[in-house]
Amino acid sequence: MSAIPVAVPANETPWKLPSRGRVGMFCLIVAESAIFAIFIAAYIFYIGKSLDGPTPRQILRIPIFTTICLLSSSLTIHWAIAALRKGKTGSFAAFWFITLALGAIFLAGTGREWRHLIYQEDFTIQTNLFGTTYYSLVGLHASHVIIGLIALTIVMILALLGKVKQEHWERCDVLSLYWHFVDAVWVVVFTVVYIVGR
Amino acid sequence: MASESIPLAIHKGPLAVVYEWLATVDHKKIGLMYIVYALLFLVVMGIEAMLMRVQLAHANATFLSPQVFNRLFTMHGTTGVFFVAMPILFGFGNYLVPLMIGARDMAFPRLNAFSFWMTAFGGLLLYASFFAGDGFSQAGIAPDVGWFAYAPLTSTAFSPGHSTDYWTLSLLVAGVGSIGGAVNFVATILCMRCPGMTLSRMPLLAWMNLVMGGLVLVTISPLTAAQFMLMADRYLSGHFFDTAAGGSVVMWMHFFWIFGHPEVYVLIIPCFAFISEIIPVFSRKAMFGYPAMVAATVSIGFVSLGVWAHHMFTVGMPSYGNAFFVLTTMVVAVPTGIKIFNWLATMWGGKIRFATPMLFGVGFLFQFLIGGLTGIMLATAPFDWQLGNSYFVVAHFHYIIVGGILFSIFAAFYYWYPKMTGRMLNETLGKWHFWIFVIGFHLTFDFMHIPGLLGMPRRVYTYEAGRGWETWNMISSIGAVFQAVAILLFVYNMIVSYFKGAPAGNDPWDAWTLEWSTSSPPPVYNFAAVPVVQSRRPLWDIKHPEDPDWKYE
Repeated sequence: MSAIPVAVPANETPWKLPSRGRVGMFCLIVAESAIFAIFIAAYIFYIGKSLDGPTPRQILRIPIFTTICLLSSSLTIHWAIAALRKGKTGSFAAFWFITLALGAIFLAGTGREWRHLIYQEDFTIQTNLFGTTYYSLVGLHASHVIIGLIALTIVMILALLGKVKQEHWERCDVLSLYWHFVDAVWVVVFTVVYIVGR
Repeated sequence: MASESIPLAIHKGPLAVVYEWLATVDHKKIGLMYIVYALLFLVVMGIEAMLMRVQLAHANATFLSPQVFNRLFTMHGTTGVFFVAMPILFGFGNYLVPLMIGARDMAFPRLNAFSFWMTAFGGLLLYASFFAGDGFSQAGIAPDVGWFAYAPLTSTAFSPGHSTDYWTLSLLVAGVGSIGGAVNFVATILCMRCPGMTLSRMPLLAWMNLVMGGLVLVTISPLTAAQFMLMADRYLSGHFFDTAAGGSVVMWMHFFWIFGHPEVYVLIIPCFAFISEIIPVFSRKAMFGYPAMVAATVSIGFVSLGVWAHHMFTVGMPSYGNAFFVLTTMVVAVPTGIKIFNWLATMWGGKIRFATPMLFGVGFLFQFLIGGLTGIMLATAPFDWQLGNSYFVVAHFHYIIVGGILFSIFAAFYYWYPKMTGRMLNETLGKWHFWIFVIGFHLTFDFMHIPGLLGMPRRVYTYEAGRGWETWNMISSIGAVFQAVAILLFVYNMIVSYFKGAPAGNDPWDAWTLEWSTSSPPPVYNFAAVPVVQSRRPLWDIKHPEDPDWKYE
C-alpha cells in the first residue's frame, strides 16, 4: 500500500528543479568559505602583532608567476568544459591537462617558496604569530589545491581512457566549480597575505 | 484498506540483517539509526546529569571528586549538543524530508550514510576517552575543559595529556558528518521536490530543515577552523591562542561562539518544524501565517549569525561592542516571537485534541517562551554581568534545551512513531510520561534560577553551606529523579508498543502532509507513483475534494 495518486493539473508550467550536483557543490563551497573566512579573520587580526621574528616585508616574495598560473587554470578549465559540451573530447582532454599542469606548477611553486622560508630563513609555524597564521592559511589553501588536483587527475585518467563523453559535461562542470572556488580563495589569500599584510 | 505489507518469503539470517543496516543508504534506515544512536546517548547524558545532581544536592559533598565532576559536565554538554541533539534532529529530518516532499530518497544517499557513520564514530571516539589512560575507575582521561574548551585551559601547558585531543578530534569527525548531512538537506529540498510542490507549498518542516541545513554549513565550519588552530597550537607549537607570543585567548572565544550561538539555532529550528506540523493537525486548522513563519525562520537564521558575543559580555569588550550585541540579541527575539504568536493563532478557534503529541507541543510553547524571556533578561549586558556564568544561565539554557527542544522531540516521537513502526504508542503511558516529566522539569529548572540569582557559579563541584543555596539545589536534584522515571516510562512505551501497540494504518492522526499517504512503515521506495501536489495540504485536497486548499492559497 502506498501513495494515493493525485490528478495531474494540465495548466502548470513544466517542472524544473536545479541540478543536485550543482547545489551540493555550492553548499560545500559555502562551508569551505566559512572555514577560510575564520583563518583569514585570524590572519588579519594578527597582522603586525608578532612580538619578534621576521615580518612579512622581510621574507615574503610575491608569487606572481604561480598566481598567474593558478588564475589561468580557471580559464583553461572553463574552455575544457565548453569543448566537452560541444562534444570535442580531444580539446577537452588537452585543456584539462593544461589546467592540471598549471595547478601542479602552482603547488610546486608554493613548495619551493616554503622550502626557502624553512631552510634559508628558518621561518616555521612556530617561529612567531606571523608564522603560525601564514602557514595555516596558505597551507589550508594548498591542501584544497591538492584535493582539487587529485580530482582533476582522476578525470584526466578517465579522459585518456576515452570514458569521458559529451553527456558527462555537467558533472565535469560541477568539479570545475570547486576549482574556480580554489582560485577565488587564492585571490583573497594573496591579497591579504602578500599585499595587505606586507 | 489493508495496510500490512506482504511479508517476504525470504528468511534473513542475523548476519544479513546486520549487513543490511551497516551498508544501507536508505534515508529511512539512516534516520532510524541516527535516532536510536541519539537515544542511547540521551540515556548516557542523563546518567551524567544524575551523578552531578547527586553531588550538588548537598553543600560540601564528597560524592564526586572535582576532577570527575569537571569531566562529567564537559561530557554532558558535549554529548548533549553533538551526539544527542544534532543526531536526533538529523535523524528525524532524514526520515521525514524525502517523504514530505514526495521524493524517493535524499539527494546524495551515499553521502547520507557517510555522514551518519562519521557522526557515530565521533561519539565513540569521545567516549573512548573514558576508557583510555587511567582506565574507567578513574574516569580515564575524558575531556574536562568544559564543552566550550576555552583557551588557554586547552593549551598543552594547562591540559597535558590527551583529554582535550579527544574533544577536538571527536568533534572534528562529527563536524564532517554534520556538514555532509547539511549539504544533503539543502540539495534534497531544493532539487528533489515532487511536481507541483513549489517552495511556497512545501511543508514547514521542509522549510525549516532547509534553513537549518544552510545554517549548519556556516556554523560548524568556524568550529572546524578553530579546532585546526587549537591542534596547531597543541601539536605544532603554533601561537594562535598563545598570549606569550602575542596571541589572543579571546579569539578562541569569538571563534567558538561564532559557531556556538548559531548552533543553538540549528538545534531549535527543526524543533520549530515539529511543532509547526503538530499544532495545526491537533487544532484541526491550517497553520496560521505560513509566509510569516517562513520569513521569520529565514530571518532568525540570518540574525543568529550576528549575536555571538552575548556569551562574552563579561570578557571586557568595549561598550559599543557590548551594545551592538545587546541590540542584535534583542532583534533575534522578534521573529521568534512572531512564530509563537502564529502557533497560538493556529490554535485559536481550532478544535483542539490533547493527544500526547499536542500535550508536549503545548508544553513546548509555554516553556520555550519562558526560556526565551530569561534569554532576553540575559541579553541586557549589565544584567549578564551579574548573572553570567551563574546557575541562572544554566537554568535559562536548560529551559530551552529540555523544556523546548526535548519536549518537541518527545512530541515528534509520539506523532511519527506510528508512521515509522506501524504501531501507535500507548496514550496512557504517554500521558504519564508527560506529566511526570513536566513535574520533574519544573522542579529542577524553575528552582535552578534562584541559586543563580543568589550568586551560585556554574561548573563548581560543590559549594559551601550557609549561602542559602542548599534547599534549591536539593529540589533541583529531586526533580532529576522524576525526569529519569519519565524517560524510563518513555523507553518502556517505545519498546512495548513496538510489539503490542495498536496498528496505526496510514494516517492515524488525520493529517495533511504527504508522508501520511504512504503505508506505516512506508515501503522502501516511498511512493509507488510520484505524487503531484497543488497546495500546502495535499491530503486535505484528496480528503475534501469539494473544498480543496488550492482555491484559497
